[in-house]
Formats: sequence, C-alpha cells, structure tokens
Amino acid sequence: MSDIRQAHEALVERVLDGQGVASRDQRRSAFHASDLAAPLGTLVDKVAKHASRVTDEDVATVRAAGFNEDELFELVVCAAIGQATRQYEAAMAALVTATAKG
Amino acid sequence: MRLSVLENGHGFGTKVLFTLIRAFSRQPVLDVIKLVKYRADFYGGPMQRITQEAMRGPSPWSVGDRELMAAFVAKTNECEWCTRAHVAVAERAYRDGTRVSQALSDLDGAPIEEPLRATLRMLRKLTREHTVSADDMRAVLAAGASREQVEDALAVCFAFNTIGRLADAFGFALASPKGFEAGAKYLLARGYR
Repeated sequence: MSDIRQAHEALVERVLDGQGVASRDQRRSAFHASDLAAPLGTLVDKVAKHASRVTDEDVATVRAAGFNEDELFELVVCAAIGQATRQYEAAMAALVTATAKG
Repeated sequence: MRLSVLENGHGFGTKVLFTLIRAFSRQPVLDVIKLVKYRADFYGGPMQRITQEAMRGPSPWSVGDRELMAAFVAKTNECEWCTRAHVAVAERAYRDGTRVSQALSDLDGAPIEEPLRATLRMLRKLTREHTVSADDMRAVLAAGASREQVEDALAVCFAFNTIGRLADAFGFALASPKGFEAGAKYLLARGYR
C-alpha cells in the first residue's frame, strides 16, 4: 500500500511552520481559509472552493494590496494544501467509521 | 503564469536544467515543472515525495488506474491543464484511450471494473462536495474495493486536489498535444521524482 501519511505531515509542517516570506499566522489563515480580509481572503476562498475561477484580476488585486509574489506563492500553496487536507481527512474519517467493528 | 517568479525566478542551476529539458524534449518546459522547481524546499520537494508515493508507490491499483483517478479528479475540478496532462499519461499507461475517455465522459457506462468505478464515483463526490460519508465508503467497499485500495485512491485524490488548485490559481499555460505527450512519456519512465 502506498502510504503518504508521514510525507503529508512533513509537507504541512514545512509550509506552515518552516521559514517563509509570509508570516506563519498568514500561512495558517490561508491553510484554514479563515480570518483573512479581502482581497487576500477572496483569493484564498476561491483557491479552496473554485480554483478554476481564479482570474488575473484576483491575483493583481492582491498584489496591488501590497503582497509580493513570494508571499502570494506561499499563501496560495497553503490554501490549496489546506483544502485538499480537509477533504483527505474527512474521507479517511469516513473510511474508519465504515470499517469499524460492531 | 500569473506570478513572474514562477516563470523566471529560479536559480542558475535550475535554469540550466530547463535548458537541458528543452533541448532533450524539444518542447517548452511545462509550467508544473517550473512550479515544483521554484523554492523547491518550500513546496516542490515535500510535495513530490507525496506524489511519487501516491502515483508510483506499491499499490493494488495499476499505474494506469491511478493516472485515470488523477485525470478524473482534475476533470471534476474543471482543471483543464491537469485533465489533459493525466489523460495523456493514463492513455499511454493503459495503451487504451477509449477506456480513459469513456470513464471521463460516462462513468456509469464505461467498460471498467466495478471497484474502480465505485472508487471514481466516491472521489468525484469528495472533490465536488469536499466531504463523503461512511455510507459512501461502504458503497465502495461493497463494490469490491479493499480498504487498502480506498486509502491509496484518497492519496491520489489529495495530490491532485492540491496540484489542480495550484495549476488554476497560478494560471498554468496549456501545453501543445506534443508537449503533454512528452510529459506523459517522462512521467511513465521516471515517475514524479
């Protein structure tokens, strides 16, 4: 069986707690898609829920609000990993329930 | 791409690597490679370990099955870049383009095995609705998929729910059919390292 659990933990720890240009608080908020004001919050929400609808303007608006490209790179990565993680963990929990004895 | 650092912010060694890739493949460097090679210690390195394990690690699913799952998750997310890229890999892995196109266009009627069909159905719900229930999982298990197969499919789903979001958010430029074919050949020969 392929096992991504350790590698997944390492990825999440790296993007949230490792060295970065964006603050750790901002990375955590992007990961959880919470507590971020517009326009960054709008972009993060789109990445999490409807990434195919992200536009050039969404990104340009966040740049104009003062975020540099490296901050944006990190925060978008955190938003994508955060949403995929929530889905993965919800599904694994459902699988555990489905296979529980008794 | 929407961030210029992802186009040309790489270090000297990576730029040399890109020159070699262009020379060897006779195709432009795919945007996904530019992403994973940019500040690779932050995202590309840790993510490649997950993707390699999910897509090429030991599993009851074949490489073709897992590439089909990747394409299916991408299509559900309306991520055209990832859909085209992984349809190309799945078709090459299966040596059967019809199987892939039918699974993507008509899951219920496609000529695929029931455990795979039920698994793809669950992945579609998870990707669309962001969650699934224990009953959804019971349906997959009842169709003949093992717990191990479900866990492996969820690993693929995690990888492509991440990568697809980044492809769309960063605005990956679509490659030509030859560019995606070159990428598919590479991924089958070398994996995601």
